Amino acid sequence: MTLNGWFQIALFCAVVVALAKPLGGYMTRVFAGERTVLSPVLAPVERGLYRAAGIDAAQEQHWLAYALSMLAFHGLGFLALYGLLRLQTALPLNPDGQGAVAPDLAFNTAVSFVTNTNWQSYGGETTLSYLAQMLGLTHQNFLSAATGIALAVALVRGFSRASARTVGSFWVDLTRTTLYVLLPLCVVYALFLVSQGVPQTLGAAVEATTLEGARQTLAVGPVASQVAIKMLGTNGGGFFNANAAHPFENPTALSNFVQMVSIFALGAAMTNVFGRMVGDERQGWAILAAMGVLFLAGTAVLYWAEGAGSPVLDALGLTGGNMEGKEVRFGILASALFAAVTTAASCGAVNAMHDSFTALGGMIPLINMELGEIIVGGVGAGLYGILVFVIVTIFVAGLMVGRTPEYLGKKIEGREVKMAMLAILCLPLMMLGFTALATVVAAGLAGPANAGPHGFSEILYAFTSAAANNGSAFGGLSANTTFYNTTLGLGMLFGRFFVIVPALAIAGSLAAKKTLPASAGTLPTHGGLFVGLLVGVILIVGGLTFFPALALGPIVEHLAGGLGQTYPAGG
Amino acid sequence: MLSQLRPALVLLVALTALTGLAYPLAITGLAGTIFPAQAAGSLIARDGRVVGSRLIGQSFTSERYFQGRPSATSAADPADAAKTVPAPYNAANSAGSNLGPTSAALAERVRTDRDARAAENPGVPVPVDLVTASGSGLDPDISPEAALFQVPRVAKARNIAQNTLRDLVTAHVAGRDFGLLGEPRVNVLALNLALDDLARR
Repeated sequence: MTLNGWFQIALFCAVVVALAKPLGGYMTRVFAGERTVLSPVLAPVERGLYRAAGIDAAQEQHWLAYALSMLAFHGLGFLALYGLLRLQTALPLNPDGQGAVAPDLAFNTAVSFVTNTNWQSYGGETTLSYLAQMLGLTHQNFLSAATGIALAVALVRGFSRASARTVGSFWVDLTRTTLYVLLPLCVVYALFLVSQGVPQTLGAAVEATTLEGARQTLAVGPVASQVAIKMLGTNGGGFFNANAAHPFENPTALSNFVQMVSIFALGAAMTNVFGRMVGDERQGWAILAAMGVLFLAGTAVLYWAEGAGSPVLDALGLTGGNMEGKEVRFGILASALFAAVTTAASCGAVNAMHDSFTALGGMIPLINMELGEIIVGGVGAGLYGILVFVIVTIFVAGLMVGRTPEYLGKKIEGREVKMAMLAILCLPLMMLGFTALATVVAAGLAGPANAGPHGFSEILYAFTSAAANNGSAFGGLSANTTFYNTTLGLGMLFGRFFVIVPALAIAGSLAAKKTLPASAGTLPTHGGLFVGLLVGVILIVGGLTFFPALALGPIVEHLAGGLGQTYPAGG
Repeated sequence: MLSQLRPALVLLVALTALTGLAYPLAITGLAGTIFPAQAAGSLIARDGRVVGSRLIGQSFTSERYFQGRPSATSAADPADAAKTVPAPYNAANSAGSNLGPTSAALAERVRTDRDARAAENPGVPVPVDLVTASGSGLDPDISPEAALFQVPRVAKARNIAQNTLRDLVTAHVAGRDFGLLGEPRVNVLALNLALDDLARR
């Protein structure tokens, strides 16, 4: 660990926090339907879309209709993407002649992108045509991200409204988020990436003759436009197999820094949007503070573990940290920080191979995801994820003092707590249930590339990543099999929609309630006490649920590695 | 449910066209105009031939060149398409080794590489990046220490003074971005191109 490393971490946090307020202000205006700087250009496009789709922008929806619209939209999106992947041979923009994607892989990839997971069972440059990358993946990156934001806004409206029947219009939220927030940012961002060296071309792969006379095929493509949205929308699905470790996706330390900031930018700004919409920005900062505490704790452990090196390298007298699976231009710190950011935020892009991290270094990404990706989290998803935990915290605090719990003037009652627990319990059920299944059936046991506890970690990581809609992997796992494509696909679906629907139900139920004035007995929810309680509840729920599984994987591996134990493949 | 279908269908088609076609194509057009070299992949041509990309590492095995990091990329086995064979620096199929921290295969590979490196420059500690595989398998860079470590071998193979080579390496060290971000590094392909130019003069 170096001073420069800590300085890079501090700079990163400062930039994210500094962006939260201006971005939050702009986004709040967008969601409220107000005029913005971009309205002269985009408002006609927006009106045209509503007219063609038969949408009345002023007509809001009940939470159930909101949920149905979202499901209908994603159902169609899934079918379209599945079809595109299966038929890519017959469609244009396939200069490298990629074949049709197999049914189970197409199912997995379509689910993966529709749910904002972007799990990569596919290897980008070896499997997908440019058309599939652009029309299928780039476009789903936008829409799944916009959906996450729309849902979070709907939930926040539940808190900010009183005695209301509706929580907004899904169609309007979706359209405005895409047009006014994601698209303009991506245009600027993509051009910046190209300036750093990220390719953006429709030409086929380039044949080079190396200095030693060998042939090298350089896969290129419309990369920058996809990388921009995959980061900003916390999607994470790479154009290339190696994702953001690939020099064409992430060529410089500067591009790496901007990519990390862009993963957090919108998620952090959503906490400010929340504060503004409920009429007290401090409420948003309190939530961001709780996220910050958890983030810094994880980052510190990860940075320390990777910088300290692994037992295998130590035994051979190699110093300088664990560089296996990392790129020289990023080094230890920028790789460790990226790993913490991408798993805290449901992004899943990777600039180093998490599978080759040290045991404890690899455990932090796992924990970040297991906590439900509420540390900033996916765009929108992080906010509705942490608000679910906020409800549980308020409930626990209410039990302690024997008062009816309330948050922002809303009484938290049985219905909200039940829905919150449903959303919270869904994730461990998927993560641990499928992991347990995979460790007892032959098709599951065939997956891991590493033996011993690390093999178990590979399986656990896969289902954790899928259910949390992260998409990063311990890449050694051979996941492109019928068993894994199917089970991971189901994990992603349940992990996304069984959180979304309860969250929307909470929104509807809260919106219908009256807002009560604060009294002397109300727990203030913008101070250190509340932040501490929230962090405590998150850690206790997560710890109780996942400690046994972590003990079987990374923890036992750390202890065994410390004793010099290694595991031969197949053993 | 039926009332949801029209907006769902129309918005899906319209937003697909906008974000999946118009946006990437517009970026392609803009990028090709403003940053044509980067948009095409930062290619390096010598004598009218593309010899590689500034950003993508390539395999160097000769004693006469500075060598990059181990690469774990693979390619389809020409004998059996269902299998793969190691193919270092395969820029059409990026990948890391994905070997875990307690992998016996990793320990074995690093030991072999370390011993080979140590023999080439005895008494000097082997830089860790020279014996660990990169995440992409295409890392274009090595650390300045890893470049300097190889100076004696290259100097001997090319019959050049070590000091000349050390100066060449030092001139090719790129510092941290803004003196702050990332790590200092040496681009192996650029260094080797300069090395060939040195020989030509």
